[in-house]
Amino acid sequence: MALAFYWVPDAPEEGFRQRIFYIHVPVALTAYACFGWAAWKGLRLLWTREQHHDLESYTAVHMGVIFGILTLVTGSIWARTSWGVWWSWGERQLVLFLILFLFYSAYFMLRYSTEPGPRRANMSAVYALFGVVLIPVSFLAIRLAEGLIHPVVFDRDVGENLATSQLLTFIVCFAGMLALAASLYTNELTGKRLDARLRELREALE
Amino acid sequence: MTYLADIAALARKDLLLELRSRDTVPAMVLFVVSALVVFNFSLPADSGDLAAYGLLWVAIVFTALLGLTRAFVAEREQRVLDGLVLTPADRSTIWIGKGIAVLAFLLLAEVVALPAFALFFEPVDATLVAAVLLADVGLAAVGTLLAAMAAASRARELLLPLLFLPLVIPIVVGGVGASVDDDPARYLGFLVLYDLIFAILSWASFEYVVTE
Repeated sequence: MALAFYWVPDAPEEGFRQRIFYIHVPVALTAYACFGWAAWKGLRLLWTREQHHDLESYTAVHMGVIFGILTLVTGSIWARTSWGVWWSWGERQLVLFLILFLFYSAYFMLRYSTEPGPRRANMSAVYALFGVVLIPVSFLAIRLAEGLIHPVVFDRDVGENLATSQLLTFIVCFAGMLALAASLYTNELTGKRLDARLRELREALE
Repeated sequence: MTYLADIAALARKDLLLELRSRDTVPAMVLFVVSALVVFNFSLPADSGDLAAYGLLWVAIVFTALLGLTRAFVAEREQRVLDGLVLTPADRSTIWIGKGIAVLAFLLLAEVVALPAFALFFEPVDATLVAAVLLADVGLAAVGTLLAAMAAASRARELLLPLLFLPLVIPIVVGGVGASVDDDPARYLGFLVLYDLIFAILSWASFEYVVTE
C-alpha cells in the first residue's frame, strides 16, 4: 500500500491533478471486485447452505460499499479539477456507480431490519446476486441514456493510452488497492467471527 | 400440468380477494391520477412537452410500489406464506401467481392512467403502450420478489422502496427512452432484455427468499 503511494509521483506528465486517476480507478475496480466476490459468496451460500458464506458475503459487500464511497468522493474530486463540476448526470460511469451504491446501501437496510438466521442469509445472498446482474444491465441502460465525458483511458483513443511507466504505476496501484481490500476484508471477517464466537460463549455460560 | 394449475390457483386467489375487498386497485388508480394532477403543478410553465413523459414513468413506478407494498400483507398477517411454502408445490409458483396478480392490478391502474395522461398532457401512441406493458412485466417480476423480502423484515413498507428503486432505474430509462426517442426500438429491446434477465433470476431465486 505504501509502495503504491510512493510510486505515484513517478509519472506526472499530464499535470498533478491527473494523479488521482491512480487512486480513483483502482478504488472503483476494487469496489466492483468486492461486489463480485460478495455475489460469488452468496451463490455459494445458496448452493451449499453453509452459513459461513453469509458472513463472508456480508463483509465483502461492506468492503464494496466503503470503496464505493471512496470512488464517488475521488471521482467527484477528479471531476471538479478536470471539468469544473462536482457531479455530472451526463456521465455514464458515475451514474452507474451511484445506482450500484444505492443498491448496496439498501443491502444493509435489508440486513438490519431482518432477524438474524438462515432466512436473512438467503435473502442477502439473493440480493447480492441481483446486484451483480444489475451492473451490466445498468451499464446498458445508462449507455442508452447517453453521456460521453468520462475519460476512457484504456480502449477508445489510442493516442490517449497510457505510457508504459504510467501503466506500471497503475498496475501497482491497482494491486495495492486490491491488497488493501483483501486485508481489510480478512481483518473485518476475523473480527466478526470473533464477535460471533464470543456471543456463543456468553450464551453457553447462561 | 400441476405447475400451471398451482399458478392458476394462486393467481385466482389473489384476484378474487381483490375483487371482494376492492382495496388495492382503487387506491392505485386514485394515486396515479392524483400524481398526474400534482405533476401539472410541478412542471414549470415552459418545460418541454417531453418532460411530461418522464413524469408519467415516475407515476407508474410509484403506483407499482404502492400495489407491491400491499402484495404480501395478507400473507404475512395471517401467516399464509408459511402454509404456502409447506405445500408440495414448487415455491416459484407463489412468485408467478403473486406476480400475475400484481401485474393485473398495475394494468388496471394504467387503463385509467394512460387515458388520463393523454387527456392532461401528451398523446399516447402504440410505442408508449408497448413500453408500458413491457415495463409492467419487469416491475411485477422484480417487485414481487422484493416484496417477499420486505415482508420478512421488520421494516416492511419502509424497506420495499429502498430495495425497489435502484433495481428499476433501468426500466425507467427504457420506458422514457421509448416514449421520447425517435428510435424507440432500442429501448423496447432493452426492456425485453431486462424483463428476461430479471424474470429468470427472480424465478430461480424466489425459493431461497421464502425458505430457511
